[in-house]
Amino acid sequence: MNAAYPKRSLDVEKIRGDFPILKLQVNGKPLVYLDNAASSQMPQAVIDRIVRYQSEEHSNIHRAVHYLSELATKEFEEARVKVQKFINAKESREVIFTRGTTEAINLVMHGYGRAFIGRGDEIIISGLEHHANIVPWQMLAEEKGAVLRVIPMNDAGELLIDEFEALFNAKTKFLALTHVSNALGTINPVKQMVAFAHKHGVPVLLDGAQAAPHQVLDVQELDCDFYAFSGHKMCGPTGIGVLYGKAQMLEKMQPYQGGGDMILSVTFEKTTYNVIPAKFEAGTPPIMAAIALGAAIDYLQSIGMANIEAYEHELLAYATEQVSSMPGVRVIGTAKHKAAVMSFEIKGVHPHDVGTILNSEGIAIRTGHHCAQPVMQRFHVPATARASFAFYNTKSEIDKLVVGIRKVQEMFS
Amino acid sequence: MSDTTSSDMRQLYQEVILDHNRKPRNWGSILGANRHAEGHNPLCGDHIKLSMNVLDDKIESIAFEGHGCAICKASASMMTGAVKGKSMQDAETMVEEFRGMATGTLDPDNQDNHLGKLKVFAGVKDLPSRVKCAILPWHTLHAALHPVLGPAEGSENSVSTEGAADPIPGAEIGGQ
Repeated sequence: MNAAYPKRSLDVEKIRGDFPILKLQVNGKPLVYLDNAASSQMPQAVIDRIVRYQSEEHSNIHRAVHYLSELATKEFEEARVKVQKFINAKESREVIFTRGTTEAINLVMHGYGRAFIGRGDEIIISGLEHHANIVPWQMLAEEKGAVLRVIPMNDAGELLIDEFEALFNAKTKFLALTHVSNALGTINPVKQMVAFAHKHGVPVLLDGAQAAPHQVLDVQELDCDFYAFSGHKMCGPTGIGVLYGKAQMLEKMQPYQGGGDMILSVTFEKTTYNVIPAKFEAGTPPIMAAIALGAAIDYLQSIGMANIEAYEHELLAYATEQVSSMPGVRVIGTAKHKAAVMSFEIKGVHPHDVGTILNSEGIAIRTGHHCAQPVMQRFHVPATARASFAFYNTKSEIDKLVVGIRKVQEMFS
Repeated sequence: MSDTTSSDMRQLYQEVILDHNRKPRNWGSILGANRHAEGHNPLCGDHIKLSMNVLDDKIESIAFEGHGCAICKASASMMTGAVKGKSMQDAETMVEEFRGMATGTLDPDNQDNHLGKLKVFAGVKDLPSRVKCAILPWHTLHAALHPVLGPAEGSENSVSTEGAADPIPGAEIGGQ
């Protein structure tokens, strides 16, 4: 378990040495990578694991009796156990490998939503959601004649818990909620919200894409029914994600896709589906990516999620203090509890121009609506600039961001 | 990846562009215009609404409004100034030339063109993610010049640059 790792301050210089890409020069300047909420970078240990798998271990899994197939199967299933321990799931069969958070959410929409949500039923989401946790539920609502209800937020970007509770009624059938907002960084009080939903017999899916890389996770403590996250935001590769589901939920769900591996037997008259997790993993999975995600988890745990969380909090506090004290700059999203995301706008300058000018200084930030257009509409901005931090970022990189923002202001003055 | 330095930034964000961004010309909408089109760039939220009056094949008046980055707004502002009083065919030629310059297929200093002051946008060709910002107003103009429903109804056209840097048919698809 994560908590077993000793609490200590990070040796960030040593950690930075683990990431080859951080040595890159961009536009003649050292790369300052502050777009971690979009995708994190990969340490050498994970890169090496990929090379070793492809050089010495690759084959298809769960099929042949030969050496390589057995080896690849063993490594793949061990990665599942690593994920199980990382999120403290009760059993490894509660861990489904998907292509990413988006596919994990779509799996629940198809497998649970289409079977158990019908005409007139209500699905609750929040105003903070990423499009990946809006659109699938909208599609379901449209198909079934169900209704989408949205939890509003205050000007700090915090969900209004009273209004959340008032949304529940006899028709409420599902709650799909982000753990941490990708656009604003707000950490939602998900444990309390899950408990409230359960009091009304409503199952809950948490979108953990922005939480899993940054904090200790315990799905049993959160008691959520589903938890979704992505490998590439936590030092792993793209193309791999996780859906955690309580076994009794997954067992009563319909398969998401049909194909090989998800069956016990097939005749032209009838197919018997396999047990979980195989029931939800039709076809050859991203074997290499799953094993690499396992290696990424090993790497993160060697540092300790609690240590990462504490250090990133320090970085965020420093960045927020520096940037919000600059005249003409507004930090958007000022929730009391935030993860390492800082959205901001510079008066009179469109975020895209901010991004282009910062890029010329070697600084990578995200600009745009962050796939969260309703959040932008709530704050009456078309887009924001967003700096998002990881445990390999430093205060001196934040200082460079501040200098970069000043350059933008000078150019547009 | 493009290699851009601070001086390149000054090349791109020239005073003329910053000035048109601050004080866009031909801003607003034309009452009773016979041509309209809207352009969206969903990636960054740029949104341009164009209205024109075309009489006897000539753009008599043109105006735009909306919101967008400096590159997009300045491009729209300078475009309206450049095509006002031009024939539809001449305006369409400028659309083609501007697209060529922004995507790097036309070298404005060494190939014949009618771009004039619009050459200040030549620098965007080195910034693939910004090409669509500069081009959006021109796509919108193209849509307004080729109304889907016919000019008599004062048609509403919409063009989006989601996915493609240059969505006019036959154009190259830009990477993200």
